[in-house]
Amino acid sequence: MSPQTKDFLAGFQSVAALLLMVVALSLMPKISETFLSQENGLNVLRQISVNLCLSIGMTLVILSGGIDLSVGSVLAFSGAVAAGLLKNGIMLPMFGVALQFTTFGALVAGLLVGGTLGWFNGWVITHFKLPPFVATLGMLSIARGLTQLWTKGFPITDLGPDFAFIGTGHWLGLPMPVWIASVLVAVFVLITRKTRLGRYLYAIGGNERAAQLSGLNLRAIKVTVYALGGALAGIAGLLLTARLDSATPNAGIGYELDSIAAVVIGGTSLSGGRGSVLGTVLGCLIIGVLNNGLVLMEVSPFWQQIIKGFVILTAVALDKLNTKE
Amino acid sequence: MSTDATEPDVVLEAREISKSFPGVKALDGVSLTVRRGRLHGLLGENGAGKSTLMNILAGVFPADSGEVIFEGKHVSFRNPRDAREAGIAIIFQELNLIPHLTVAQNMFLGREPLTRAGLIDDARMNRDAVEWLRRLKLEVTPQRVVSSLRVGQQQVVEIAKALSMRARVIIMDEPTSAITEQEVTVLHELIHQLKRDGVAIIYITHKLDELPLIADEFTVMRDGRYVGSQATNAASHDDIVRMMVGRDLSEMFSRTHAEPGEEVLHVEGLHLVHPVRAGDFAVRDVSLHLRRGEVLGVYGLMGAGRTELLETLFGQHPKRAKGKIVVDGREEWFQSARQAIDAGVVLAPEDRKREGLVLSLSVAANTSLACIGKTERLGLLDAVREDELASGYVTRLRTKTPTVHQLVRNLSGGNQQKVVLSKWLATQPKVLLLDEPTRGIDINAKKEIYVLLDELVASGLGIILVSSELPEILAVADRIVVMSEGRKTAEFTRAEANEENIMKAALPKN
Repeated sequence: MSPQTKDFLAGFQSVAALLLMVVALSLMPKISETFLSQENGLNVLRQISVNLCLSIGMTLVILSGGIDLSVGSVLAFSGAVAAGLLKNGIMLPMFGVALQFTTFGALVAGLLVGGTLGWFNGWVITHFKLPPFVATLGMLSIARGLTQLWTKGFPITDLGPDFAFIGTGHWLGLPMPVWIASVLVAVFVLITRKTRLGRYLYAIGGNERAAQLSGLNLRAIKVTVYALGGALAGIAGLLLTARLDSATPNAGIGYELDSIAAVVIGGTSLSGGRGSVLGTVLGCLIIGVLNNGLVLMEVSPFWQQIIKGFVILTAVALDKLNTKE
Repeated sequence: MSTDATEPDVVLEAREISKSFPGVKALDGVSLTVRRGRLHGLLGENGAGKSTLMNILAGVFPADSGEVIFEGKHVSFRNPRDAREAGIAIIFQELNLIPHLTVAQNMFLGREPLTRAGLIDDARMNRDAVEWLRRLKLEVTPQRVVSSLRVGQQQVVEIAKALSMRARVIIMDEPTSAITEQEVTVLHELIHQLKRDGVAIIYITHKLDELPLIADEFTVMRDGRYVGSQATNAASHDDIVRMMVGRDLSEMFSRTHAEPGEEVLHVEGLHLVHPVRAGDFAVRDVSLHLRRGEVLGVYGLMGAGRTELLETLFGQHPKRAKGKIVVDGREEWFQSARQAIDAGVVLAPEDRKREGLVLSLSVAANTSLACIGKTERLGLLDAVREDELASGYVTRLRTKTPTVHQLVRNLSGGNQQKVVLSKWLATQPKVLLLDEPTRGIDINAKKEIYVLLDELVASGLGIILVSSELPEILAVADRIVVMSEGRKTAEFTRAEANEENIMKAALPKN
C-alpha cells in the first residue's frame, strides 16, 4: 500500500468514525430528536469553534515537529487583556492619561498579546535551543500568572453588546464563532498547502537537518509558527470571552490537552511532518459530537472523560497500525 | 580455506550469507570461519558489507539466506540480547554504553544481581565488576561514571561486559579508529590475553599495519562479496591492498574527456578545529582548487576529514574554521547553507536519508525545496510549475519513480540520490560537493550516477567527489587529492594515480 493510500484511508477512518457516531446518535430513540435538531447542530459547532482555533495553531506547531503546551494560558491572558482594556482602559502613568479602547482596539490588542507570547515561545526555543515541551511549559505558567495579575483574580464581565456579538451573534443564520473558525480554517488550509511557509513546516517536521542543509532558515520559520500558534490562541481567547461575556482568571485551563487530542485524532503525527488542518477539523468535530452525544445520553461527566481518553488512544493506535513499516 | 588437523576448533561459522536492503544487495553469499583463540581480521572498503555481516552474526538483524553455526549448532538470533546470551558479543565503533551510568551498572545492565528483598545488590555488582576490571588491567573503580572515562577505557569496559557474560566470540568494529596510540598498545596487549584465554575475535579495521601484530588470519570483502581469506603471515601489505581494491571500474565506465575551464573554487590553508579533541584539527591546512568542467576526487579513509572539509566549504562551521575560500573570483565565508547555495556551492551529504532528503515529502517537494521561489506565482505555490520543474529533472536524471508525487521514502537508494541531485541542480549551482554519492547503492545505479556526473561536468559544473571507494575515484576523477588524519597528503593527476599510491597516502602514519 502506498503512503498516499494509507493517508487517504487514515482520513477515511476519521470521516467514517464521525459518520458512525452521527448515525448511532440519530438512531437512539430517546435522544435522536434533540440530537438531529438544527439548534443542537449549531450548538455543537459553536462549542467546538474555540478548540478549533487553538487546534489549527497546534497543528502548525506539531507539523513542524514541536508542541505548544501554553495555548490554554495564552488564551486566558489574551481574553483578559481585551476585556480589561475595553472595560477599564489603561492608565499610562508617565503621560498621566487613561487610554480608552474601542471594541475593535481591544480585539486587536488581544490578538497582539497572543501573538507576542507565541513569538516569545519561538524565540526561547530557537535562541536557547530549549525543547518546545519545556519552553511552552514555562509559558503555560507565566501566562497564567500574568492573567491572574491582570484580573487581580476576579472575572472581568459585562463587556458590551459589540464585543459579545463575536461570541453570541449570528450572521446569515450561523453563529459568529463558527464563521470566524471557518474563515481561519480556509486561510490555514491555504497556508499549509499553498505557501512556502506551509511547505517548510512539513519539511522541518519531516527532517529538520535536511531542511537546514537545503538552506531553510529554521529559526525564522519556527518563530513564525509559534507566533501564529499564539495569535490563534489569542483569537480563541477573544471568542471564549465574548461568548461568556466574561474573562475569568481560570479560563482555558487544560485546553492544550483538548487541542492536542483533536490534532492527534485528526491524523497528524506527533513526531511532525505528516498531517493536515482539515484532519484537525475532523478531530475537533469528533470530539465535539462525542461530548454532545455523551451529554445527551446523560452519561456521567466522570465516564465522559474515561471514554474520551479511550477514543484518543484508539485513534493513535489505529494511526500507528496504518503507518507501520 | 583448508582445515588443517592442527587448527583449533571452529567456534563460529557463517555460510553463504546473503542480505538485501531496499535497492541494494548488501551481502551476496559470504562465508566466514572463526576459530577459538584466534583473531580474524575483516577487511574491505567502506560499503563492502563488513558491518552488515557482523550485525547478522550479532543478531542485530536477520540474514535473508545462509546459515550461522555457533559451537556446532545452527543459530538464528532474534536480537543482540539473544546473541549475547549465547556468547557472541559485538563492540560497536560508537560504543554502546549508557554515559550517565557507572562502569558496574553498564556491565550488568539488564541482569543486575538482586538481594533477597528484590533490590539491586550494588555491593555484589561492584565486587564482580572489580574482578573483571582487574583482569583486564583497567584501573578505574566500578563506581566511576562512564562518561568520565576516555574512549579507550570505555572500550575496555565493553570488553569486560562481554567477558562477564561469558562471550566466546567478540566482534570489534574498528576499535582503534578513535583512540590514542598508547591506548592502541594497551588494547593489543589485551587482545593477546583474550586469545590466550581462548576467546575468538573478529576484528574490523582499516589500519593494515596493525594486522600482523594481532591477526592470525584475515578475510577480505568487496561489494558485498567474499574475496578471499589468508593467514596473516603469508600475505604482504601490498597483497592485502590488491585484494581490497581489486576490480577495475574503468572497464564499465569511462569519462568522456573535456578540457576543464577557468577556476571556480580556490581554497587556501583551510583549518577546522576538532569538535572534541582540544588542540586538534579535523581539517588541517588543506589547500585545493577546482575548475569548471572538472571532477576533483578526494580520497581518504574513515576519519580522514573528508566530510568535514565539504561541510566547511558549505558554510556549516563558520566559527570553528579558518582559511580562505574563493568562489568564482569572490572571496566568501559562508555563515549558513543558504549563503553557500546562493553563491552556487551545494552539498549532497553522505547520509542522504538523514541529511539530504525529507523522506515524508514527494519527489516534487524535495526537488523544489532549496529554490521554492521558482515554483511560486502571486505568493502561492503553483503545483503545475513545481511538477514541471520536478519532471524535468526526473527525465534528465532518468530517476525511476511512478510520478513526481511519489514519496521519496519509497524510492531505491540510487533514485533517492538522484532526487538529492535534482534538488541541487534546480538551484543552478557552480560547485557541486558530493560526499560518498554512491554509498549503499548497487553497481548499476552507481554506473548511472557516474554517467550523470560526466554529463554535468561537460555542461561546465565543477564537482568535488569525496569517496572511500578507490575504483570510483579512479574512474570518475580528473585529479585526486588524498587526505589522511585531516591533512592533504598527496595530489595526483588521473594519469599518475593508481590504487597503490593512493592507498599508501591514505593510510594513517603511526
